[in-house]
Amino acid sequence: MVQYSRIIADPEGLHARPAGLLVQCARECTSDIRIEANGRTADAKRIFSIMSLCAKHNDELKFLITGGREKEDREKIKKFCEANL
Amino acid sequence: MKEVHGIAVSGGVAVGRLSRMESGGEKVEKKRIGDAAGELSRLDAARKETVRQLQEIYRESLKKISAKDSMIFQIHIMMVQDEDFTEAMRSRIRTEKVCAEYAVQEAGREFSERFAKMDDEYMRGRAQDVVDISRRLIRALQHKESADRGPSGPRVVAADELAPSETVQMDKSEVRAFVTRGGSRTAHAAILARTLGIPAVMGLGSAFDALADGAEVIVDGSAGLVIADPDEETVTAYRTKQRAEREHQKKLRTLVNAPAVSRAGVRVRVYANIAHPDDADAALANGAEGIGLFRSEFLYMGRDSLPTEEEQFQAYKKVLEKMGERPVVVRTFDIGADKEVPSLHLPKEANPALGYRAIRICLDRKDLFRTQLRALLRASAFGNLQIMFPMIVSAEEVKAAKEILGDVKAGLAAERIAFAPKIRTGIMVETPAAAVLSGALAEIADFFSIGTNDLTQYTLAADRTNASVSGLYDPRSPAVLKLIEWTAKSAHQAGIPVGICGESAADPRLTAFYLRNRIDELSVAPSSVLALKEKITQS
Repeated sequence: MVQYSRIIADPEGLHARPAGLLVQCARECTSDIRIEANGRTADAKRIFSIMSLCAKHNDELKFLITGGREKEDREKIKKFCEANL
Repeated sequence: MKEVHGIAVSGGVAVGRLSRMESGGEKVEKKRIGDAAGELSRLDAARKETVRQLQEIYRESLKKISAKDSMIFQIHIMMVQDEDFTEAMRSRIRTEKVCAEYAVQEAGREFSERFAKMDDEYMRGRAQDVVDISRRLIRALQHKESADRGPSGPRVVAADELAPSETVQMDKSEVRAFVTRGGSRTAHAAILARTLGIPAVMGLGSAFDALADGAEVIVDGSAGLVIADPDEETVTAYRTKQRAEREHQKKLRTLVNAPAVSRAGVRVRVYANIAHPDDADAALANGAEGIGLFRSEFLYMGRDSLPTEEEQFQAYKKVLEKMGERPVVVRTFDIGADKEVPSLHLPKEANPALGYRAIRICLDRKDLFRTQLRALLRASAFGNLQIMFPMIVSAEEVKAAKEILGDVKAGLAAERIAFAPKIRTGIMVETPAAAVLSGALAEIADFFSIGTNDLTQYTLAADRTNASVSGLYDPRSPAVLKLIEWTAKSAHQAGIPVGICGESAADPRLTAFYLRNRIDELSVAPSSVLALKEKITQS
């Protein structure tokens, strides 16, 4: 398992649009991707799960990435977060 | 007569019969079933059908509203496909032995309540999205595909909330106005109303109850006012106002095929700005003499992969064919700053307006630039294409961009692929640097187009997206006007045309200034073309 952390820079937080884009990005990955935030855990490939984190500006998202291509997938997630969150 | 006030969401006046849409959705009955397997496969079929409908709505919506605003339908699709939501519906069918409709309703209620309980206003608003997709699933189960197109005939549509999918699907030619209990200026329905020029008053709250189905109402969109059962005098007053507006519109229509010539006999070409190939229809219908700015970055936005050369070629060709002999100025992609392209994975920047964007990306990521130029050159065989480079700050950038263009031309020639022999290549003057250097730039550009939005922001050092400095952001400030004057002078000395394509091209308070400075062309939103032509003929 590899990890990646990101503090949300987007003032609107993890609202519907970036959540939707994150699902699209996570689905391109073969790894299992969990997100921990605000004491809750979500599955990055499921829209309701991500939105129920209710993650806001300056909240920390911790990605736990497990799978055969976890290193590549970590890069994908990192790039995505830097561009969209 | 009763007046109620709400939020002024979209301007204009409408008089008509109120038609209340029951957006609560019919309650479905709890039916016991014996065959859970059969019910589960009905649910699967309905989910597939719903996804298909939503994809169609998404495509339709891209033509009417921006890709960013259309994203909501992609999210709806993900919600329908969500495994947790699906399991919540399925388990009800399996364990409670209830019909699929009831399972959807109850699962939808559970999930929308989850959002409704959140401590964040935005997230609470998403409960409406869950309600929207649940209703859609139930209608698919009942094979009522078109139920959400609403009642027919010209009417003022009134509803508690307007779901985005309902708004996009309504036959807009019959909707006189929108009136809603909830909603805000930023609701999807509000954005759509403004885009389509339909008057709308939202956020009426409990005052909404005063509006009875079938009542005659006046909607004054700019005042946020709804008048129910108006007396004759009021109706007459509003009808007069409405007629005056229509008369004016009719008078404007006579200018569609007329050139814009000022009283002193100065001819100014009036072009349109577009972002989508289909917008060319609106440009032509409103009498635009060309496309002064095709914002090609639209092709890159709201998607998760880059557009291929072929896709771009088809888009450019479509616009060129529609416009025929009329010139079409395509600005190479102005990506970056507030225009995000997810597939490029560009990092967030502290100062995006001063950062990695537009021509800076083109000259760095030459692969992307070459693909766009190849598509443009191939399309040039089908009309009157001109190419324009954005965000120029130096002659070196123009030379570098033209060198790549020359390279791409040579490549196409070697492959024996046709392109127009002479393609005029110009630049955007939207940085103070370009304006100051306009004398030198005019030697290497075939035309100038002044982008007043960015030119204002950079000249006055006032971020145009920052509300606290919006007082400083003044496109009519003497500093900005001096730069326009200087740029126009440089263009004329070198014998090249100069146009304006920013928002202030349509500002009637500047028309006389543009005429004085012999601006050759003004490019504005298709809906502003006729009013600008009128203003020029009166100046």
